[in-house]
Amino acid sequence: MKAMQEKVRKLLEEKIDGFIGLKMEHGHPAPFLFSRENLDDLEGLVVGDVRYPLNKTLLRVAGQYPDLTFGVMVRGCDERGLTELSRWNQLHRERVVPVGVACPPELAKLCECYKPYPAEWVVGDKTEGITESKRLVSVENMTQEKRLQHWMKHFNKCIKCYGCRNICPMCFCEVCSLEDRSFIVTGKLPPENPTFHLSRAVHMVGRCIDCGLCEEACPSNIPVRTLYKKVNEIVEKLFDYKTGESPEGKSPLNMLGEVTLELSDVNK
Amino acid sequence: MEYKTVLTTCGYCGCGCGLYLEVLDGQLVGIQPCKTDSVSQGGLCIKGWNIDEFVQHSERLTSPLIKKDGQFTKATWDEALQYVADTFKTIKEEKGPDSLAFLCSAKCTNEENYLLQKLARAAVGTNNVDHCARL
Repeated sequence: MKAMQEKVRKLLEEKIDGFIGLKMEHGHPAPFLFSRENLDDLEGLVVGDVRYPLNKTLLRVAGQYPDLTFGVMVRGCDERGLTELSRWNQLHRERVVPVGVACPPELAKLCECYKPYPAEWVVGDKTEGITESKRLVSVENMTQEKRLQHWMKHFNKCIKCYGCRNICPMCFCEVCSLEDRSFIVTGKLPPENPTFHLSRAVHMVGRCIDCGLCEEACPSNIPVRTLYKKVNEIVEKLFDYKTGESPEGKSPLNMLGEVTLELSDVNK
Repeated sequence: MEYKTVLTTCGYCGCGCGLYLEVLDGQLVGIQPCKTDSVSQGGLCIKGWNIDEFVQHSERLTSPLIKKDGQFTKATWDEALQYVADTFKTIKEEKGPDSLAFLCSAKCTNEENYLLQKLARAAVGTNNVDHCARL
């Protein structure tokens, strides 16, 4: 913790105008904007046992102050997020200074994260990534009929709170197709399934950085993360694209040309 | 430049989910669920997720209204409370305390609801107390 506090203090004194991280307040770690004017606040800076969409806060603050430079606490997933947000012109990457946290093995395992550390970190130790998702394998081992039943059972628990979308650090569209009234009827529960959830899944192409905040926010415990893990797997196989890994190149949905891609190629 | 989060409890129903109001330069710009809240544990319903909308809404009532000659007119809190007290008194005297009923709310705290039933039973003298959650 001290290492991060010192790092952020130095950055605030020399390089950045604000730092978005977590601060312990009222016994809870909460998103907070640390500034040069209030360096004493850094005493309360924590890494926190829970994760918040800090990149979302960054977009909000940097959107208001586009000429300033901000630091932000990042884990492996958040750093992938910065790469994609930059590709989608949501922020100026050169005006963002990430301060890294390497995730502990328990969290990496829980997330089944393939890269649970950013490029550089000041807190934690490097944990090897997990390349095979057990939750994905268990769903894929079902017969197609069982799999459909499995998903419909979960989708029909949806109370349409939009929490998965609202907390998603990669959901930045001003107009959301999940609010298109000709497509999604209002005042009806559960929402049209599987359309509602599969639409969101499709929109995660080239966006989902596998942070899992969506699943954590779901009051109905729908395993949406497994769904988006599958999306990422398809994207990787079809487009040779790992979301958030490289700042070079186009996002998959901007790559489409004359090529016809067969989904059957990626099915087991 | 000031961004802060204000820890509070959702006022839409009696569940009491924990959330943060996000305030950027004095403007309420959004909310975040409180992930360490013992009640809601980071979950919210669609109402909680949109609770920031009414706070600074242009159509929000900012003062009591009293209907005069069929029209709602602005009043001070003193005027409004005096009007209610006088009317209650007249009804109680003319028709008896059971002509009045009190409806409390899931949006209020336990303490506020306790006070309302106390007012009904001890001050007015009726057991006509109900709650919007009966809906």
